[in-house]
Amino acid sequence: MEFSIFILAIPILSFLILGLCGMKMPHKAAGLLGTTAIATVAILSYIAAAIYFGAGRNDEGLFPTLIPYALQWLPLGNTLSIEMGIMLDPISIMMLIVITTVSLMVHIYSLGYMKGERGFQRYYAFLSLFTFSMLGLVVATNIFQMYVFWELVGVSSYLLIGFYYTKPAAIAASKKAFIVTRFADLFFLIGILIYGYYTETFSFTPTELLLSSAATVLPTALGLMFIGGAGKSAMFPLHIWLPDAMEGPTPVSALIHAATMVVAGVYLVARMFPLFIAYAPEVLHMIAYVGAFTALYAAIVACVQTDIKRVLAFSTISQIAFMMVALGVSLSDDPHKGGLGYMASMFHLFTHAMFKGLLFLGAGAIIHAVHSNEKSHMGGLRKYMPVTHITFLIACLAIAGIPPFAGFFSKDEILAACYNYSPAMGIFMSFVAALTAFYMFRLYYLIFWGKSHYEEELALYTAGKTTHEPHKPHEAPATMTTPLIILAIITCVAGFIPFGKFISSNGHAYDIHIDAAVATTSILLAVAGIVIATIMYAKGDSKITQAINSSMKNIINAAYHRFYMDELWLFVTKKIIFNCISRPIAWFDRHIIDGAMDMLAIVTQKLGNYVRPMQSGNVQSYSVWFLGGALIIILTLIYFA
Amino acid sequence: MIIPAEYYLILATVLFFIGVFGFFTRRNLISLLISTELMLNAVDINFAVFNAYCHPEHLEGFFFTMFGIGITAAETGVAIAIIINVFRNAKSIHIKNLRELKY
Repeated sequence: MEFSIFILAIPILSFLILGLCGMKMPHKAAGLLGTTAIATVAILSYIAAAIYFGAGRNDEGLFPTLIPYALQWLPLGNTLSIEMGIMLDPISIMMLIVITTVSLMVHIYSLGYMKGERGFQRYYAFLSLFTFSMLGLVVATNIFQMYVFWELVGVSSYLLIGFYYTKPAAIAASKKAFIVTRFADLFFLIGILIYGYYTETFSFTPTELLLSSAATVLPTALGLMFIGGAGKSAMFPLHIWLPDAMEGPTPVSALIHAATMVVAGVYLVARMFPLFIAYAPEVLHMIAYVGAFTALYAAIVACVQTDIKRVLAFSTISQIAFMMVALGVSLSDDPHKGGLGYMASMFHLFTHAMFKGLLFLGAGAIIHAVHSNEKSHMGGLRKYMPVTHITFLIACLAIAGIPPFAGFFSKDEILAACYNYSPAMGIFMSFVAALTAFYMFRLYYLIFWGKSHYEEELALYTAGKTTHEPHKPHEAPATMTTPLIILAIITCVAGFIPFGKFISSNGHAYDIHIDAAVATTSILLAVAGIVIATIMYAKGDSKITQAINSSMKNIINAAYHRFYMDELWLFVTKKIIFNCISRPIAWFDRHIIDGAMDMLAIVTQKLGNYVRPMQSGNVQSYSVWFLGGALIIILTLIYFA
Repeated sequence: MIIPAEYYLILATVLFFIGVFGFFTRRNLISLLISTELMLNAVDINFAVFNAYCHPEHLEGFFFTMFGIGITAAETGVAIAIIINVFRNAKSIHIKNLRELKY
């Protein structure tokens, strides 16, 4: 597996080449260079996966953890050191496949989507940087390397959200994303340091002896690490950055803010899962409750948003929360005894990356066609964009949990794990799953069905009521539809992957079996959600919709404003933190610290003024001083000797 | 009759302090140079006296005296050159012209 170093080396080289001399390249060359690099990495990842899983299990029935590269990077004291390396185990291999596949699709798609944009080469350079950081994150051999790459993905996300740096909204969104995730990462770092201090290692798998000595602080450390993960994975109340991050180019949203980076938090919890389950199960269950609340919150908000990317953003938050819940409801590390959630979570991560990537890329194609994010500018697009329509529908069915699409299988496992934890949790999550089906099909109908905005505009134009000729929506070019089709095919078949054979909570093979009762209820609920959405939105704004809208005006308004979470955060930061903490600190800095420095300067200056006349330039006065000094020294010597 | 060493030493001290006094009070660079010469000569006398009275079997003191005279001659040459340059620039050899060197 020595070639695995190229999986990291090629993207960073591509970033350096594109970043340093990209501006001298024509757009096409830069795009092709970036795409070729990531295609090579994708092929290497597939080969690595084939070799790894092809080698089979060892005597204990586990896939062995391989560490082809590890070098000491920073020795800290005698026992503690930070290593950099590559670790291959089932979940990191799975993440490699997810990241390189989605990244490759996004690279190809961007050739069409970003065509002719200013800064095209910069865009590809940043995409390469992001891919490198994300791959480094998943193959990290220890928690500190993970943290280093964790921050790198944060930076690349910041750079890509703020790609349109002339747009104030994009700059604000990029800063918001960076500050919020960085704030959460502070807790992550504290967690890592506590963990490293007490267990004397940054490894994911310390020995039992080291762990037992640190058992009392492990829940705190793991809880703090989860806060970092919650920031990256947009868990309530740290979710506020993700909807705004949609200001970035749409393929970036697909890659970073739907498929890969935002699941880093889930990956982190999965990585630390053995420690969670053995030493901090109550923290794990807290994660489940946070996740469940986030899933519901985001699903409700997604029901009323009008910007299609915002709907998808909240849907992403909700789906990631599903994965968190699945991890949180695990009761043991044996999948047969309540540890199903781990596998379910990873499975959902895999399928979700594919269909959510597809949804975002589809949304990108739609935005490309109608030049707007608002649902009011869409409607009736199915005639104009058949490929996008079909692929988008497949992704909607998948996320709604309709068999045989991928989302059904993974969501079913999650729901089974929830029912196994407690019936209340299961019912709650089933309800959220139904809500998912509802809001996704609301989105679907609003985009592709109902009255066509274009036709209305055209009618107005031909009647001579407007002078502005509407722009006819058109199907996206082949560079954009090909990734859609590939992802749609993956979405159709991914559910049949025997996922438990590769990944399970204790590493042993596990056969996925569909729980008939859970599956039936979830399908029925999903269909119910779709039917309600059909009644309400298939024909544009029906009377029922208007009646519902007017009867629940307050709730809908509050949900449209995301239950005022942003305003609450602004209140907390601007009114409370700035006034009560920052201002006193600023006062202290200006008056006490600066004052002490100023005093030092003033005293020095006064002293200088006082002794300045001595430097008269008069040689004779100097020699008088010299003689006086010599006499004093001689007299002292005589006196003391 | 041997002249006691103290006589020489008193002479050297007097000579030295005449030089110091001249160095502090005169304003003419040539006078300053002469004062310096006086101080150096006082030192040379000291060398010779201590050698002759304390270690008559050695010659280091006399050698140092010879060195001192030689170096004094060289130093005078340099000093005169400086003074000539000062004179060329300032048309005067008053010591106040050297204050400018501070800057």
